[in-house]
Amino acid sequence: MTTETTVTEVAHGAAEASGAGMPQLDFSTFPNQIFWLLVTLVVIYFVLSRVALPRIGSVLAERKGTITNDLAAAEELKQKAVGAEKAYNDALVSARAEASKIVAAAKADIQKDLDKALAKADAEIAAKAAESEKRIAEIRAGAMEAVTEVAKDTAKELVTALGGQTDARTVTAAVTAALKG
Amino acid sequence: MTDVATEEAVEHGAEQGAGLAFHPLDQFKITRLFGEGPIEWYTPTNATLWMALAVVAIIVIFVFGSKGRALIPSRLQSIGEMAYGFVYKMVEDVAGHDGAKFFPLIMTLFLFILSANMLGLLPGSFTPTSHIAVTAILGFGFFIFVTLLGFAKNGAHFLGLFWMSDAPLILRPIIAVIEVISYFVRPVSHSIRLAGNIMAGHAVMKVFAAFAPLVLMSAIGYVVTPVSILAITAIYALEVLVAFIQAYVFTILACVYLKDALHPGH
Repeated sequence: MTTETTVTEVAHGAAEASGAGMPQLDFSTFPNQIFWLLVTLVVIYFVLSRVALPRIGSVLAERKGTITNDLAAAEELKQKAVGAEKAYNDALVSARAEASKIVAAAKADIQKDLDKALAKADAEIAAKAAESEKRIAEIRAGAMEAVTEVAKDTAKELVTALGGQTDARTVTAAVTAALKG
Repeated sequence: MTDVATEEAVEHGAEQGAGLAFHPLDQFKITRLFGEGPIEWYTPTNATLWMALAVVAIIVIFVFGSKGRALIPSRLQSIGEMAYGFVYKMVEDVAGHDGAKFFPLIMTLFLFILSANMLGLLPGSFTPTSHIAVTAILGFGFFIFVTLLGFAKNGAHFLGLFWMSDAPLILRPIIAVIEVISYFVRPVSHSIRLAGNIMAGHAVMKVFAAFAPLVLMSAIGYVVTPVSILAITAIYALEVLVAFIQAYVFTILACVYLKDALHPGH
């Protein structure tokens, strides 16, 4: 029952609406709408073309320019950084070369001094050795002579003690021969 | 006959205490803002008010929004810049580089339609673009403009738009007739598409809205009311989309017509 009433009302409502007609087709309001539309469009056109669009366009262009400039500056700084790095590496390489040169020179100097000192020491050692040898030879000769003298004397005494005739020359010859033998 | 039906409905409503009120087209009525009387061409009406609000919205976003000329834009300035970039790219892509001269005109069309459509979605508002009088002036106005522009720029060569030089010779006159007809239909479809879409969407929303209070009158309302509220929500979301898309479609078609006027060769 209630539903039926509602449906009837819906039908009535629809009939009423179509009876009123579409406001869109009410030609008496057309001049009004057209007039105000034209006013609106003219106002919007002038606001946009005189104020808003040039301003927004210039802001966009300015931003684009700023970004381009910033990118260029960044590129430039990057190049500078690369150059600085290269200069640093170059300086490092040349410093290393310089250092090794200095090290080599110092080494050569030290070597020269060392060679000189060694040569001098060698010479001194050789001189000392020669002197010592000479002295040893002298001592040896002295010792040999003393041994011969002692041997001769001993032999002479022995011969005398044994009751022999001591002939100096014979004894000496015999000792010499014995010593040689 | 109709009057009788209306009276019956009123009586019915009075008997029930409250009835469903179906006035889906009332929202399109043009009324005086002040006082009583006929609507003259100069009378301030609700259409005047909502067109003025569209102008105010455009001024707020595009003039006050960009006031700072900030290199890093504020939110409002971003909206203006995005709209600028969007429409400028559209004009340049479709109408070519020499079409960019007409960018302020295209922008005016786009922003007027977009802001009128969007403001029209506020509850209780009036939508100027739902009226064929408004869209017809937009459509036919632009049509006359591009036609005059085409003849001014290209002279008689503009007629080459209708003469398919790469079609077989016998077919060319027939194609020319079709092309001429389709050319003159352009402003009609251009304007009716906009008004029709906006009007239909708003009317459907109103119909669902009229079903919403059914729960107060009958048991079937326990089903109908939630469904109609959900439907209003869904249609509203759709209408937000339509408000933008119709502005976009109107604008891009304007760009295409502008392109035909500037470069009539196929």
